[in-house]
Amino acid sequence: MKLKLHIWRQPNQSAQGAFADYELGDVSEDMSFLEMLDVLNEKLSADGKDPVAFDHDCREGICGMCGMVVNGSPHGPRKSTTTCQLHMRSFKDGDELWIEPWRAQAFPVLKDLVVDRSSFDRIIQSGGYISARAGSAQDANATLIPKLDADTAFEAAACIGCGACVAACPNASAMLFVAAKVSHLGHLPQGQPERYSRVRKMVSQMDAEGFGGCTNHKECEAACPKGISISHIARLNRDLVKAQLTAAEEKAVSEGAG
Amino acid sequence: MANPNASVQARPLAAPPGPLGLLTTSVGQKIVMAVTGLILVGFLLMHFAGNALIFMGPDAINGYSYLLHHSHGLLWIARAVLLLAVGLHIVTALKLAGKNSAARPQGYRVKRDVATSYAARTMVWSGPIVLAFLVYHLAHLTFGVTPGPYAHSEDNVYANLVQGFSIPWVAGFYIVAMMGLGNHLFHGIWSMFQSLGINHSAYNERLKRVSFGIALVITFGNISIPLAVLTGIVR
Repeated sequence: MKLKLHIWRQPNQSAQGAFADYELGDVSEDMSFLEMLDVLNEKLSADGKDPVAFDHDCREGICGMCGMVVNGSPHGPRKSTTTCQLHMRSFKDGDELWIEPWRAQAFPVLKDLVVDRSSFDRIIQSGGYISARAGSAQDANATLIPKLDADTAFEAAACIGCGACVAACPNASAMLFVAAKVSHLGHLPQGQPERYSRVRKMVSQMDAEGFGGCTNHKECEAACPKGISISHIARLNRDLVKAQLTAAEEKAVSEGAG
Repeated sequence: MANPNASVQARPLAAPPGPLGLLTTSVGQKIVMAVTGLILVGFLLMHFAGNALIFMGPDAINGYSYLLHHSHGLLWIARAVLLLAVGLHIVTALKLAGKNSAARPQGYRVKRDVATSYAARTMVWSGPIVLAFLVYHLAHLTFGVTPGPYAHSEDNVYANLVQGFSIPWVAGFYIVAMMGLGNHLFHGIWSMFQSLGINHSAYNERLKRVSFGIALVITFGNISIPLAVLTGIVR
């Protein structure tokens, strides 16, 4: 098939970007979306031009590195699919594709379609950890976890931190990402010691990074390649209210119990 | 590589504990929107119930008005709570909307919305429309200072309504404004539950239906009053 591509080109973070137009022929429907870009880049390199920079790693839909907005949809038009797992059979001959990076204040464009998502890393650093007991490994079934909790935690743990939720949100809010991390650890017994301090720290970091707030559009849930539900956002809200109103850990420390 | 967001690297600690600390977070501000919204929706339901007395004749609605105006200060307490709720709802909305628009300085060339609704996307417009209506509505029926061929009476609410809504543009404006309010409530009521964290897979569908039901009752219930006067059912 033959495609008409409009790709965001931006040499570096401080430069002004613009769309560049490319015609690409001989695109096989069996190619993945990233392979299609690889073909374009080989052509550009052969012509002595700068290839299009884009993030990618595993190309199996599990690492969270890839991601671009294709015709207005993060990761392209297919539901629950990362860009690398999107195949050209989802498009047809003569299609015109607008390819843009994630757009958010907290995700500055580094080059072309590559954005800096270290704001997500800092949110994880602020509270996305548990206290693990040191020593020999404990028996695998020693800690019992109700099936529903295990399943809910697993649904949240499927988050690969790609940032599609932020890209899709009309407010560039990171609530689905943060809620997934808070829910993932908060549903499990191992995550209980830090449950309430975690939600306070992560929300605080999220706000400091300059993400927008949640106005319940549900665009994040629709764009998430792992189909993570906004019910986790409601749970985060509940946990934060409880955490703020009780703030048990701080109180214990200030009274010398720490 | 040098970190482009180096300015935010110094990690902020959590917000100060307690309810005031909660208000400094974006989530806490959403909760302010939800709680003040809940107060206002409660008011709208009661206001509609009171208004519906017009269908029972002049004595019913004028009697209700008399009761409110001789409630030994209760009316003023309610008014103070409502005024505070409206004020907080607006101030917090402005704060959140400012943060949201700053979160995406450069927009998309092409953006396809798949899950959101017209109501959700226009909250920031339906809000000011409702506020503009509120100002007119208070001037019209509470203070009786709007221009037009009608005389305002302090103790004949029924006559005020019938006279006002007999003028087609006044009735028309009320009907259009109620549609704007309906649009705001259509997203707002359900959103309120989500922001407060009231969400459970066993109840979500029912909660959604109840939210839309309340929005419909308030919108079409209120629209029925100017419509009834305009069509001569209430005269």
